[in-house]
Amino acid sequence: MSAPVPLTTDRPGQVASTTPPARGRSRWLSDRRLAVAFIAPALLLLLAMSVFPLLWALYLSFTDYSATRGGAANWVWFGNYTAILTSAQVHLRALTTLIYVVGAVGLQTVLGFTIAYLISRRTHGRGLLTTLFLVPMMLSPVVVGLFWRFMLDAQFGVVNSMLGSLGLGQVEWLTKQRTALLSLIVVDTWQWTPFIMLIALAGLTAVPKYLYEAASIDRASEWFRFRTITLPLVWPLLLIAVLFRAIEAFRLFDLVYILTSGGPGVSTETLSFHVYKVAFLGFNTGTASAYGILMVLIVIVLTQLYLRYLNKLKED
Amino acid sequence: MAVSVNEAVSAGPVPDHAPPARRRGFRGRSVLEVALLTALAVVMLFPVLWMIETSIKENRDVYAVPAKFFDFKVTLDHYRDVFVSSGGGGRSTLSVAFLNSVLVAGVSTVLATLLGVPAAWAYSRFSVKAKKDQLFFILSTRFMPPVVVVIPIFLMYRQVGLIDHPLGLILIYTAFNVPFTIWMMKGFVDEVPAEYEDAAMLDGYTRLQAFRKFTLPLLVPGIAATAVFALIFSWNEFVFAIFLTSSDNVRTAPPAIAGLIGGTTVDWGLVAASSVVFALPVLIFAYLVRKHLVAGVTLGAVRR
Repeated sequence: MSAPVPLTTDRPGQVASTTPPARGRSRWLSDRRLAVAFIAPALLLLLAMSVFPLLWALYLSFTDYSATRGGAANWVWFGNYTAILTSAQVHLRALTTLIYVVGAVGLQTVLGFTIAYLISRRTHGRGLLTTLFLVPMMLSPVVVGLFWRFMLDAQFGVVNSMLGSLGLGQVEWLTKQRTALLSLIVVDTWQWTPFIMLIALAGLTAVPKYLYEAASIDRASEWFRFRTITLPLVWPLLLIAVLFRAIEAFRLFDLVYILTSGGPGVSTETLSFHVYKVAFLGFNTGTASAYGILMVLIVIVLTQLYLRYLNKLKED
Repeated sequence: MAVSVNEAVSAGPVPDHAPPARRRGFRGRSVLEVALLTALAVVMLFPVLWMIETSIKENRDVYAVPAKFFDFKVTLDHYRDVFVSSGGGGRSTLSVAFLNSVLVAGVSTVLATLLGVPAAWAYSRFSVKAKKDQLFFILSTRFMPPVVVVIPIFLMYRQVGLIDHPLGLILIYTAFNVPFTIWMMKGFVDEVPAEYEDAAMLDGYTRLQAFRKFTLPLLVPGIAATAVFALIFSWNEFVFAIFLTSSDNVRTAPPAIAGLIGGTTVDWGLVAASSVVFALPVLIFAYLVRKHLVAGVTLGAVRR
């Protein structure tokens, strides 16, 4: 961090007063130096705070180190990895995570695209509508989690109260195995539908109007226009939004922690939450590291996919 | 069909040519769409409104069954409790947490901007070796699951004594905001023609002066928007905050608010009030940068 600061303050002050110095063969070199001086501090920070910790985790994942027991760590080769990959507990969490990611992201995509489509067809109040719809997305997961916990409370929650006044029975949203995961999906959908909506809307408004006008002259049916003009043009952007959400949902920890703490039983324990339990409640740091590294591998694959589509979109 | 409403309003003759039956179908559909949109908006906004309502309800009404929507007693007690400690009248732990949040989010945002903006400019202007790979690597560090990163970070901080220290949070938030700042700012720098700098350099300025005098002033709105997003990310962050801090005078607001539900009885009015106080600045800031929201929420990857 210290390298570029003097560069930005000293040199211009000195040179600015005088007429420009002679430039020449050294210009390219100084550009290169400048690039290094400007990029290096940021990269160094990332190396120290992201890469180094991950490498440490990689090392720990081959040992039986425990953060509380201390002492020397024994090298156990792939023991942690085989233990995790063959553990029925982990398989269960993987399934829960899969249901959660697919359910939440699927719902968000359908709802978000629908809202975006409806908004894009309005002429008045588009800006206001978009702003209003975006509110949930900007809230902290802590606020969202806490507040839904209150609203979904079985006794005095407003959701059950409304169900009651409609003559429907009470639901124990967060305390029954099956409904708890559903609640988690619903809350995540509530928060992140605006995200898909925002990006879908960006795609929808970018569709050139003349295409619709041309189709309109051809008397193409509405469904035909949607299928052949709207969807193909919005799809690449929508796909990026979906992948982004999938990565985020896969990483999700805070909402689970606040809303259900993984319960009842282990019905809402996602992989992230399970890693936390192994690391900070079980203190099997080695095992948790291996678990984490496996999650990182999945995230890297998803990120690669995301970046590939992003690149494709940019090249078009 | 997405512009049919536009056409009906702007281009007068078009609806006239359409057969009457179809026109009525048009209107009916339009009404249906507005109704659907309104219903969806109500569902999306209700929790927020309910939160605001709960924050100004008297405790008796907060727990009323069935829930009271309109006829409740208004009180600002919960908001007072957020800032003033209930016992002696001094500062409450929540208000300390809010101040900590301001400190941590503010400093980490400034650091991320200082590190990220020059790097973004360099990536945009110079041919750097394996530029694409570097940029992808930078973004992928942002996608690491926080729960996984926090394990080695926790051990690292324990070694150097940064656990339960504001500097620890500031460092990790900076590291999480730098990739975002670089990606977001690179987009803004790309929009400023490199010719400006070339022209300035022909006039005799050095590259660095050209950047400072000509490009940087044009980047100020972009930097402001980027900084606001970084601020929001740090402000809302929870996972690192809860694992890397423990004492009341270091804790930031998210874990402090989450801590309100730890006891046997939960003061939901207080939770609601502190949530409102916590969320309000974010909403205001987000409104200020609404033009850049698409780029902001995709970490600078998608630009429209």
